[in-house]
Order: sequence, then C-alpha cells, then structure tokens
Amino acid sequence: MPQIVFEGVEKSFGTTRVLPPLDLTLDDGEFTVLVGPSGCGKSTTLRILAGLETLSGGEITFDGRPIGHLEPKERDIAMVFQDYALYPHMNVARNMSFALRLSRIPKAEIETRVHKAASMLNIDHLLDRKPAELSGGQRQRVAMGRALVRDAATFLFDEPLSNLDAKLRARMRTELAEMRDTIDKNMIYVTHDQVEAMTLGDRIVVMKDGRIQQQGTAEELFARPVNRFVAGFIGAPTMNILPARLYRDAEVLRVRGEGFDLPLTPAQDAALRAAGLEGAVEIGIRPSSFTTDPAGGAPIEMTVSVAEYLGAQSVLNTRVGPHEVLAEVASTRRLRSGERATFHVAPDDIMIFDPESGERIAT
Amino acid sequence: MLANANRMTPYLFLAPAVLVMAVALLYPIGYMIWASFLDWSPSQRIGEAEFVGLRNYGNLLGDAAFHESFWVTLRFAALVVGIEMVLGVGLALLLDRELRGMTVLRTVFILPMMIAPIVVGLMWRYMYHPTVGTFNRTLSDLGLPTVPWLSDGDWAFASVVIADIWQWTPFIFILALAALQSLPRSAMEAARIDGASGWQLIWHIKLPLMMPVLIVTALLRLIDAFKVLEVILVMTNGGPGLSTEILALRISRTASEFQQLGYAAAMSNVLLILLLILTLAMFGYTKVQELRAARIRAAEEEA
Repeated sequence: MPQIVFEGVEKSFGTTRVLPPLDLTLDDGEFTVLVGPSGCGKSTTLRILAGLETLSGGEITFDGRPIGHLEPKERDIAMVFQDYALYPHMNVARNMSFALRLSRIPKAEIETRVHKAASMLNIDHLLDRKPAELSGGQRQRVAMGRALVRDAATFLFDEPLSNLDAKLRARMRTELAEMRDTIDKNMIYVTHDQVEAMTLGDRIVVMKDGRIQQQGTAEELFARPVNRFVAGFIGAPTMNILPARLYRDAEVLRVRGEGFDLPLTPAQDAALRAAGLEGAVEIGIRPSSFTTDPAGGAPIEMTVSVAEYLGAQSVLNTRVGPHEVLAEVASTRRLRSGERATFHVAPDDIMIFDPESGERIAT
Repeated sequence: MLANANRMTPYLFLAPAVLVMAVALLYPIGYMIWASFLDWSPSQRIGEAEFVGLRNYGNLLGDAAFHESFWVTLRFAALVVGIEMVLGVGLALLLDRELRGMTVLRTVFILPMMIAPIVVGLMWRYMYHPTVGTFNRTLSDLGLPTVPWLSDGDWAFASVVIADIWQWTPFIFILALAALQSLPRSAMEAARIDGASGWQLIWHIKLPLMMPVLIVTALLRLIDAFKVLEVILVMTNGGPGLSTEILALRISRTASEFQQLGYAAAMSNVLLILLLILTLAMFGYTKVQELRAARIRAAEEEA
C-alpha cells in the first residue's frame, strides 16, 4: 500500500493538452475519489496511474519510487473498468483467475482465492457462465471480483457504476462502501456522480479542466467549498447562485438583489472587509438552507413554479425576481404552482463569492 | 382479393432475379449433371450422345490421373490456406498499430489481390523463367546454383504455392486486421493490467476473440483454393507431368484435349459436391454462432 504522488504530471494528445501539470498526493490506505464533469481529466489521471497512457511530463512515485516508465503489470494495480472489460470468451471463473494463472500461482490457491472473492460478491453460482450470459449488475460484480482476487496494492475504479440503473447503482454503492471498510488498500475511484463521491470517498478531489479545484472530506467540500464551481458541483439539488450587491444599512452589512434583501453576519462583514470586496458579489444558498420556520432566519419571498413532492421533503422550483431558485423544504403542506410564499434563510448559510474569480470569501 | 395480391407482391418483385438465376445458374448446372451421365464428344449434339448411366463416375474411381489431380488439389488447398492464414494473421497482428504511413502500407499490401489472375500467372512465369527470370538471374549473379522453378515436379508445385500465397495472403490480412480492430479495447487494457505480456495478449485474448472471423475466412479461402485455375494454367499448365495439375485444370483438359465432355462433367460434379460440403460447413458454423448469440440475447433479456 504505497503512498502515491503525482509530481507535475502532464498529458497531451497531439497538440491538445488534457492535463496541465498536476500535483496530487494519495495517502496510504485511503479511498480517494476523483470527481468532476466529463472532460475534466479525471479518467486520464487514472489511466496514467494505471500505465495505460504514457506521461507527457512529470513523474508518478509509489513511496518515492518513480513508476512512470513501468508497464501496467509492473505497478501492482488492479482496475475495474466502466464497461467492465470482461474477457468475452472466458467464463466467470477464468475471467477472475486470468491474472493469477498468468503469474503461475498454484491451481489450488487460485481456486481458493476465486471462491473467496466470488462468495464475498455473491457470484459463486455464476462461475461457469460466460460474460454474455450475465446481467449488467452481475458483470459489474465479476469485474470487481477479478480485481479483488489480484490482491494488488492499489485498486483503480473507472466509473464502475455508471452503466447500471439507478436502483442497482445505489445498492452497489452501499456494497462498495462496505468493501472499502473491510479492505485496507489504496483505492482510487473516478466518477462524475457527486453522490458516489460523497458516499464513498475518504477524500474527494474535485477536478475541472484538468485542474484540481479542491480536495477534502465530503463534509469539508459541502460546508466550505473554495469556489463557485465546487459549491455548485457538490450537493444535490444544486446550490442557488445569485448576483447581488453589498450595502450597509444602519451599520449592518446586507446583500440585495432582484427580489431579495438579506442581512449578513458580523463575521461575514469582517471577511469581506479583509478580502477588500465591496459592491457586486455573488451569493450562494443551498436549497436545503431554506425553511418555512419563521425563526429560521431572514425572510425571502418566492413564487412556486413547480413543486416536486418527494415524500417527507419537497423540491420547489421557484422564482425570486427574475431568478430561478431551488428550495428543499419539509412537506408540511402541499404548495400549488403560482403560489407565493415566504421562506427563511439563516445569514450564516449564505455563501459569498467573488464575482470575478469565483472564489468563496471564507468566514 | 386484395390481401391475396399483397401476399403475392414480394414474389412478383423476386421473379426477375429468380428468372436470371434459373437461366444463368440452375440451367447450366442441370445441363452439367445431365451431361455427366452421357458419353458425349464435342462433335455430337447433346441429344445424340449415348446415355451411360453412372459409368463416368465408376471410371473416376479407377482413374489414377484423376486421383493424382484430386490429391494435388487437396495438398495445394491445405498448404496455401495454412500458410496464408499464418502469414496474414501474423502481419495483421504486427501492423495493428498507429504508425506514420500505415494507410499507404496497407494499400500496398492488398495490391496483389487486385491484379487479374492471368496477369499474376504471366508475371510469375517470367520471374520463374530458367535463364532470364528474376530469381535465377539473381541466384546466378550471386554465384549460387539456379533452381528449376517450373521444370521439376516438386519445385513447380512449390512455385505455384508461392504465387498463390503472394496473391491471397492480403485477403486474410485485411480481414484479420478488421477483426483485430473491432476487438473490445478495454478487454485488452484489462489484460495488460492483469499482467499479460504481448505474446500472452495475442494468445489468450486476441486470437480467441478473432476466431469466429478467422474460421469463416479460412473456409472462404479454402473454397477458392479448390477452384484455382488461371494462375496455374498460365504458369505450368499442370506440368511437369501431373505435378501441378489441380482438379479445375484436369477438368478443362478432359473436356478440351481429350474431348470427353461427359467425363469432364462428372469430375466437375465431384468438385461441386466437395465445395458444397465446405460451403455448408461455413453456413453451419455461422448458423451455430447466430444461434449462440440469440440464446445469449434471450438469457440477457431474462436477466
């Protein structure tokens, strides 16, 4: 279980640069999730680590040992692919044992290891089947099994759940989370799905355009995003971001925009002053920060356009002035479209972004 | 009435094709089968020929020249298809990569296939010429003994095999290359991560996955190799002796030189039956593949 370090890793395809110099340290035994929109370079990063793509610059080290020039098989890694990449002409048992057979491990041991992994993944009854005779979910398990029997130091997952339907995906996510706790290995997981990232990652690395935006635990990313992109990417439903202006009313700093006027806290005031920001800003409010409780903060008037009733919670598509704003509130009463209602938001829950750089003004 | 007309429509559209088939294919074949029961010389009209029943076929059983011819054909087909498969697939494995000028190289590779067989035969005959041919001139320039390319029985057989390999390896090469390039890329990457070396990748992953295409390719080539005529006709005309007299050539000589049309027809029928068996084997194989695919799809829908 090495510590994996990317030092100024670059990748270009022809003249197209996909990864600007990238620095990243993945600690021993961590479950790291690389997350970002498609084309952000997360898969390329993983493929470079696997040795499936060559480096255009920089170096990767495992515990200080450079491995950039090594073949995939010399890196002691196992990988689960998005399309599972099973060998179509081999049955499940042979798929899982392929690597072991290549490295000439005794037959008896191969059998034990395959059966152990198969029973862990509940695919013991499928060992004689060919991949084409399996459902998507079963193939997914076989792909995991094939990686598991390897007992490699590092496990790589390239969007392993994205080809499954929503229900299966949720189940596999839970199983993966359990696996993460029982297997003490480096695991690096690439996904575009922030829910997967939040549930699985010990550490989440948010990427955009080949650059790391922020890394940290799910809680850190949710509560203290460094910029507008991370704030919008992490959390569902998506954070509302509205243009606003700062102004002072009787010594209290407030933000005002079309359709709203909200107070800020002294801490925010101080932070803004320290950042030298005045006038135009952007504010971010998570849908879950709105409440119907009058004690919950400053009032804001919203016109409901569509109410999505989800059970205990409802997601409201509303209008505030010209802006579309999402709110997620307890379903205490059914709201009709066109209805005007007052919601409340705590000033503490308002995030403020520099409109130029998109950086969040930390409080 | 209208429903009836609708049912007939497809057959109406098929009718012209069926007519052409009947005139151009079934009629000659029927004619040939009928002729194989006759003792018929070119000076007679078919109606004047004597009906001899299965005598032509009976004679074939005891005809040493026919047996030799049959044996030459089998050896030729097995040898050329075997060597062409190894070379064609080998080349495809070697050239399945992105190199500068690859497209040009691929085009050059398939050129021999596009040359008319008569021209191929002439070309090789000149190259094999005992004194002015390219090969012997080169050999004697190097001070080496010359080779009786087309005048010694064993050498002549080897020479026609070489010419056929030159002409038809590209066919296998392009089909094998197409098969290679349609293989799932991620399975190959998975195998590399699983620790497969280049050879192991070819042996355990690429070749097994290409196998369905390779089997059909080999059968197609085999059918073709049994019918080969022009190149050998031009190069050796079956000689020396009977060393390169493949069946098609034997049939043509029986009809034109020996003037035994009925006997030639019987030989043709034997060749036809042989090819039919190969064709059925190919159809049978693809059918099995289709059935397997259908079963798999059914299982998938169930799952």
